[in-house]
Amino acid sequence: MSRRLRWRKFVSHFMLTMTGLCALVATAVLFFILGYLVYHGGTSISWNFFTKLPAPVGETGGGMANAIVGSAKLLLLACLLGVPIGFFGAIYLAEFSGGTIAFVVRYAADLLNGVPSIVIGIFAYSLVVLPFKHFSTLAGGFALGLMMIPITLRSTEEFLRAVPRALREGAMALGASQWKTIASVVVPAAYRGILTAILLAFARVAGETAPLLFTAFGNRFWSPGWDQPTASLPVMIFTYAIAPYEDWHRQAWAAGLVLLGLILIINIIARVILSRGVAIPRT
Amino acid sequence: MGSRSFVSKLRDGDEIARLVTFIFAGSVVLITLLLVFELWRESYLPRHKFGFGFFVTSVWDPIFDKFGALPFIYGTMVTAGVALLIAVPLGIGAAIFLAELAPARVSDTLQFFIDLLAAVPSVIYGLLGVFIVIPVMRQYIQPALKNSLGFLPFFQGPAYGVGFLTAGMVLAIMVIPYIISVSREVLISVPRDQREAALALGATRWESTWKVVLPFARTGIMGSIFLALARALGETMAVTMVIGNTPTISASLFSPGYSIAAVIANEFTEATGDLYLQSLIELGLVLFLLTFLLNGMARLLIVVTSQRGSGMGQA
Repeated sequence: MSRRLRWRKFVSHFMLTMTGLCALVATAVLFFILGYLVYHGGTSISWNFFTKLPAPVGETGGGMANAIVGSAKLLLLACLLGVPIGFFGAIYLAEFSGGTIAFVVRYAADLLNGVPSIVIGIFAYSLVVLPFKHFSTLAGGFALGLMMIPITLRSTEEFLRAVPRALREGAMALGASQWKTIASVVVPAAYRGILTAILLAFARVAGETAPLLFTAFGNRFWSPGWDQPTASLPVMIFTYAIAPYEDWHRQAWAAGLVLLGLILIINIIARVILSRGVAIPRT
Repeated sequence: MGSRSFVSKLRDGDEIARLVTFIFAGSVVLITLLLVFELWRESYLPRHKFGFGFFVTSVWDPIFDKFGALPFIYGTMVTAGVALLIAVPLGIGAAIFLAELAPARVSDTLQFFIDLLAAVPSVIYGLLGVFIVIPVMRQYIQPALKNSLGFLPFFQGPAYGVGFLTAGMVLAIMVIPYIISVSREVLISVPRDQREAALALGATRWESTWKVVLPFARTGIMGSIFLALARALGETMAVTMVIGNTPTISASLFSPGYSIAAVIANEFTEATGDLYLQSLIELGLVLFLLTFLLNGMARLLIVVTSQRGSGMGQA
């Protein structure tokens, strides 16, 4: 074996090992984040965290019950806006679309998907906060809902398109109209995929902070109704993490653990639903 | 007769369904147009008053109503640049491993973890940035860089922990999953014959990857980098928490800085006066246009590569 060949083989092995290291580092980050959050959050979390209001500034103790409820309300609103538009829009794209219109809708959705979340916040501010003249749950839910639309739309469309043509033709041949075919054959056939799309969109906006800063704002008390500023878990993590109080830092870790746990669990559930529904001939 | 009216009713049902779903799909277009329009309309005052000077002056003084965006634009560019310098080699390396070396089982499992990593919200990265990255940077990394590379202008000045370098590093961790996922897809779509031809000519595994597969996938990988850049430019929370929030322009990466997204996040609710608020909205418009261009280019590059890959595969 010539020296040159030995060198080339060495370079090959060396570089390929390096790529393996890169992959290792990238995945290790996830476990590092998880481990650190479980370690810090786990020791700070308590029953009070889920049931009590934030303590007055300067006092220790208290919890984030209002932020948890606030986040739930915001996400409910987000789903009410994002899911119907995403779902029915996707049906239009996959089933009824004529070339140009479909292209424009897809383009708009991709554009919306790429808009930085802070800009979505500005948009929701000028559209909902300014006319009402105060921050509100409604404005926050609107901002999050906007972010859900393109994610739900594009992935739902993909899953609808993956339904085999033969199924549609079979239904049509039996005399079903197009909408009946969609409602009773296509959508049921794709429902796992659609559910996955919605869950992933939900998980994505559940952790969004930037669009809430000047729409839902924040609140240290309960937020009655829908037109008052409200606390939310992500914004609480932000304000507590940059505050100078030791006790708030502990609560930020606890909130981080709860939020990340929720998001990762939804992600895993979504992927399990998908992998069990569609036969993926891998491995 | 009866059957005809039945058929036409069905047709009507189809038309109604088409119309209803069209309204939902059309609303996406409307919302997007409205977003652009609102950003444009709400940033009228500073566009009118400062014109192009907004982008090249660096005084940000709400009291005297002087607004120049240069420090924020600089901070955004520098942090995104640092992020890419770290994330691109790491991300592409990992993608090569996942696409070329790892068995399908391992590759899929690792990709699953990478997907989860991409789902971690940015405020969590910020939380870890504040309590882990900043102290580590201040105590170990920045002094080490200063001792070894301190003769370069980038690594001078006091080590605060916060600053461009820290923000860039946190951003790098955040965009790596995007680079890996897209690059992996692109690399997998490179036809097998290309690799086999190189190997048959006596190339080592690495040579076939470096000289054949990567050039083939080049445009798609560029696409993944643009995508990551767009993410890095628009990223708000994590950057806000670690960049130091001081509008400075400094060659030193240790210096605290400010980014476009961070200044919007911090000052929007406190902005008094229309000019102040609208200046922040104009910054939002700038951010929007930047990400719009980058995302568009990214999509184009990715589509071009994957089409070329499948086209060659069929031939």
